[in-house]
Amino acid sequence: MLELRKDIFADERDDNLKEVGKPTQRQDMLGHVTGTSAYYDDHRFANLLHLKILRSPHAHARIRSIDDAAAARAPGVKRIIRAADVPVNLNTLLSLIQFGKDDEPSLATDVVRYKGEPVVAIVATSERAALEALALVRVSYEPLPAVFDVEEALKPGAVSVNAAYPKNTFEYYNKYDHQKLRFGDADAAFAQADIVLDERYQMSPIEHAPTETNGSIAVPDTNGRFTVYTSTQALFFSLDTAAKINAMPSNQLHFIGGTVGGGFGGKVDTLTEPLAILAARLTGAPVRHRLSRHEEMQFGSPRGGERIYIKDGVMRDGRIIARKVRAYFDSGAYTRLSSYAAVKCAAHIPGPYTIPNVYADVYCVYTNRTPATAMRGFGVTALDFALECQMDKGAAAVGIDPLEYRMLNAYRDGDMKAHRREAKNCALIECAQVAAGKANWPLRDEFRRMSSRAGGGAQRTGGGADRTRAPAPAAAATRAVPATPQRVSYERPAAAAPTQSPPPPPRTPSPPPAAQPAGSTHGAPRFSSVFGTRRR
Amino acid sequence: MKTPVQFRLNGEEVAAFAENGANLLDVLRESVGDLSVKGGCWQGTCGTCTVLIDGAPRLACITLAESCAGKSIESVAGLRRGADLHPLQSAFMERFAAQCGYCTPGMLMAAKALLDRNPNPSREEVVDAIAGNICRCTGYEPIIAAVLDAARGEDRRRA
Repeated sequence: MLELRKDIFADERDDNLKEVGKPTQRQDMLGHVTGTSAYYDDHRFANLLHLKILRSPHAHARIRSIDDAAAARAPGVKRIIRAADVPVNLNTLLSLIQFGKDDEPSLATDVVRYKGEPVVAIVATSERAALEALALVRVSYEPLPAVFDVEEALKPGAVSVNAAYPKNTFEYYNKYDHQKLRFGDADAAFAQADIVLDERYQMSPIEHAPTETNGSIAVPDTNGRFTVYTSTQALFFSLDTAAKINAMPSNQLHFIGGTVGGGFGGKVDTLTEPLAILAARLTGAPVRHRLSRHEEMQFGSPRGGERIYIKDGVMRDGRIIARKVRAYFDSGAYTRLSSYAAVKCAAHIPGPYTIPNVYADVYCVYTNRTPATAMRGFGVTALDFALECQMDKGAAAVGIDPLEYRMLNAYRDGDMKAHRREAKNCALIECAQVAAGKANWPLRDEFRRMSSRAGGGAQRTGGGADRTRAPAPAAAATRAVPATPQRVSYERPAAAAPTQSPPPPPRTPSPPPAAQPAGSTHGAPRFSSVFGTRRR
Repeated sequence: MKTPVQFRLNGEEVAAFAENGANLLDVLRESVGDLSVKGGCWQGTCGTCTVLIDGAPRLACITLAESCAGKSIESVAGLRRGADLHPLQSAFMERFAAQCGYCTPGMLMAAKALLDRNPNPSREEVVDAIAGNICRCTGYEPIIAAVLDAARGEDRRRA
């Protein structure tokens, strides 16, 4: 059962939660346990056709020729779809928000860039007929050298993977080959550090492996539109992508989904809908495009692999005074969402810790591997793994308890982050205290009394306080710090009160919730960390 | 070439014409129309399509449809008794033992096979019974708890 700890930051709470902390049944649970929830493939249509794809057996090859004459004569075959049949055969998912160049074809034209890349589609009266016809297609390939390692791909003379990005790196703002973070002077700080920890971390690609594979059924409607039943996690995103690739107005498409047999990020790539719709247009019949389990594993995008180098400068008292990160996100052969993953990675550095000197370069790199995509915190997850391993190693190096080492370096309210944002509403220390209590993990008194609300701001990073013997941040970083004085009190400023209808809460450290005026429960925006107004 | 095949499904006699080599999963879904049985891998590895054949849990995707002639097949569509849910279904609801729900039909049938032959299973026996069923959402613990609840008759649902 969920436990709500209202004693923590109790002076800031005016909530009287009606739903959180109480069990509520999911609206789809009855359908799930009775087998009546309708997934995309639980819709039946007369004369349904089946689309199957011939895929590249090579990680990198030039297509010399394709001979589909025998396949076209095979029993049950209704239509063969080639690259030239796709109205807009080059797309990138985030082009819908003007982020990145179109770089990925629906069906390969002259070159295949990863094993499993779609080459030819066959539409037939049964999956079996489609598969048997696929076996009759003859493709002549000229294998090309391939690159599978992010650092190899960045070396001079490396194989060029993606025609839109010949240098094997995504281009931010059509100009920059990586994401850059600079704060303070890391190199100067390393020279003063007692210990320098230089480590390398790596995470392999991970397949989401949802029990329901990616798939969709496109059905011609009576009014010229197409109804599409789909497993997608991103209904309108997929609708717009399918409309773009098929060069049709999006109001000709009606997407029906929402009941997804597991996604975890692996069903945002619009892998099946565009060709299913095209096949339905070309045949006038409903067409199902369902990935086999093998296709899901080989062609369905995984979480991208990452390689991360972290160099920390640590003082013997446990303070981290510098952190340098070089990270490579393996996008595979095409961009899909990896460009965004690298942005998230850069935004997460250096983790929830106040480090006065930070230096990071994050690259989104193309290799001849299966294109990567979203998966549960992608861009951040591997980095967090690396950062927290690094924290354990740092704690061991200076002989400090790993939890206390984290608390020592944790963000406190008022600290300046490497991204020139002031840390607000910090709670890592309090979380660590509760976790330590639950796990009977011994914390020294000093750490049991520690607070996210004390010791932040200039006291730690700007110089002056006894903790801060570290080199002060470079001038550029100092300039970015707002000129407002550091907070010494964490009571709500009275100025905030006029925008709220309830009277300002009592200025006592921990008033019991019952002592608050009854009208104060509607302060939802004030409580929202989204607006950043909870504590400040 | 199609072969007629007749069997009992959830207590009712059904008949279908099966393509040569057709598996039970396709016949149940495409010919008989029981869409409660889901396909996950079509190669006998994920357990999603688990049904009971004469009381034993079997993978419909690698069971030859013709081999089911004259047999009694149970799917999750027949688990409910009228308006009442099977104790396993209630326990799954209470324990939040389904998230995406796609593995749930197979998971329920694997659990039913266990409880039908062993009404008081240990935790280890529950784990063993669902070991062939992959769930990618729950982490299994809620499922194990639900099966144990159902076995203990702990329908914790409040009226």
